Amino acid sequence: MAMHEALRAPPSRFRLNLPPLAVSLGIAWIALMIVVAAGADVLTPYSITAFDLKARLHEPLQSLGHPLGTDELGRDVLSRLIVSIRMSLLIALFGTLIAATLGTALGFLAAHFRGRVEQLILVAIDFQASMPFMIIALSVLAFFGNSLPLFIGLMGFHSWERYARIARGLTLAANEQGYAAAVRQLGAGPWRIYGLHILPNIASTLIVSMTLTFPEIILLESGLSFLGLGVQPPLTSLGNMVGYGREYITRAPWILLAPSTVIVLTTFSISLLGDWLRDRLDPTLR
Amino acid sequence: MLMFAISRVLRAALTILFVMTFAFVVLRLSGDPALQIMSVDAPPEAIAAFRKAWGLDRPIWEQYLSYIGRALSGDFGKSMRDGRAAFDLVMERVPATLMLTLPALALKIGIGIPAGIYAALHRNSLADRLTMAISVAGFTLPSFVLALLLVLVFAVQLGWLPASGSGSLAHTILPIITLGTAGAAIMARFTRSAMLEVLGQPYVRAASAKGVSWQRVITRHALPNAAIPTVTIVGFMVGSLVAGAVVVESVFSWPGIGRLLVSAVSNRDLAVVQALLMVIASWMVAANLVVDLAYGWLDPRVRAAGAH
Repeated sequence: MAMHEALRAPPSRFRLNLPPLAVSLGIAWIALMIVVAAGADVLTPYSITAFDLKARLHEPLQSLGHPLGTDELGRDVLSRLIVSIRMSLLIALFGTLIAATLGTALGFLAAHFRGRVEQLILVAIDFQASMPFMIIALSVLAFFGNSLPLFIGLMGFHSWERYARIARGLTLAANEQGYAAAVRQLGAGPWRIYGLHILPNIASTLIVSMTLTFPEIILLESGLSFLGLGVQPPLTSLGNMVGYGREYITRAPWILLAPSTVIVLTTFSISLLGDWLRDRLDPTLR
Repeated sequence: MLMFAISRVLRAALTILFVMTFAFVVLRLSGDPALQIMSVDAPPEAIAAFRKAWGLDRPIWEQYLSYIGRALSGDFGKSMRDGRAAFDLVMERVPATLMLTLPALALKIGIGIPAGIYAALHRNSLADRLTMAISVAGFTLPSFVLALLLVLVFAVQLGWLPASGSGSLAHTILPIITLGTAGAAIMARFTRSAMLEVLGQPYVRAASAKGVSWQRVITRHALPNAAIPTVTIVGFMVGSLVAGAVVVESVFSWPGIGRLLVSAVSNRDLAVVQALLMVIASWMVAANLVVDLAYGWLDPRVRAAGAH
């Protein structure tokens, strides 16, 4: 998991100058995933726990009813995949939203109050940035045990410090600019200033950061679930499926290849989209 | 420089104390360890004896102080599973992890930095685009997927290398490649952007305008300046030498720190988790400290700003 940790280090000026075709393909894939996740209940041909012992370890396309094959209990891989996509996307979505909200709020607090509050928040940012989040997540899971709400909340602590840094830095800059001072002079309260004036002005940078956080949380969640420490059965997620399919890697590699492909294509698409958005939206990186 | 160094060392010490406090607070918040270890229907005397044995019956601040005191001397208590000292359990796993992560680090630096420099010097060439495409792929490919793909090809299909386990040099090859590939991709990406940034600076233009040969501009002006951000990412990778292989070790059943962490977490062996947390955090903080000091040494501007 060192790879996404590394991206927290200094801001990269890197831009991927790929043709928009790749980006459109990425967007199409993301759209497909959203449709699949939203319509999971309608789309799944079988229940994810329904097993059919007569149709065990069928290869993809071997039987018409199971286009992606079946696992060792005869459960339909496609159905499990669809439900897993929904689970992984939901966790990543909630995680990203929690991280962005928490981080931005703390960043605003730091910039608003300065002094001790700011120092405290900065120390917390340093702490978070100095430890690999995977380790923090694992120790919290060790101490508290696992449950889905806790797990989602935990994912929400991933990279909040990135938003806190951005929000604090940009707010300090905005406070120096005329518009924030102007609305303050007009008597606007802090809620109005931060919510209606500063937030819209820094939103594009925050959105670009969210395109970084989202795939990172997918990778983190699938990594933890792969280790058996994330989403617990009978619930299923993409990482869960890979971890479980690993035991059948010699006899039935399709069980793990299907979710692996989805993970890679999804994170890749979002990264492409993010790079493209960064070029278009984020003035601080120009 | 001395003031700068002192302020950094103090900050590192503070971070360690923060981690220790974090572990203590989270541990105490998570409920009564006595009830977690013993079954619910254990006799009250047994639970009381357990509490006394682990010092859980004393006031919380006393527990905290003695915890800090013992932690500083490397005493994290005994593994609640097999009764051995948690710290020893952790330290004996370190060499195995380093056996994977050190060669992987060499791979990351040896491939990533030259590839990044090359890509930056030949911007928008085919080689540049290819390097960047591979590097994005290396970033989005989770390590466990890459690991399993390598197992599928080299162990299952070709049968050249063992799929998991330890004991011979052949066992280390697939894990090292898995760890090295992703890291090399990140390294290349960072080196390229650092290099591009430096190449756009006025001093590079000035140097080539006054007739310095391009080769000399690169080696004397561009590379040393691009080294500064690159040091950060190398430092980060050095910091993750101990804890950077959690997933990969689990895939390959490698008996290192990462697998110990995963098993300690699933068994909720809290003493071992705490000892691991401290060893990992100390290593990370030490690596960050060295990077900070190296920064100050490489870049006088940082030194001046950091002392205040």
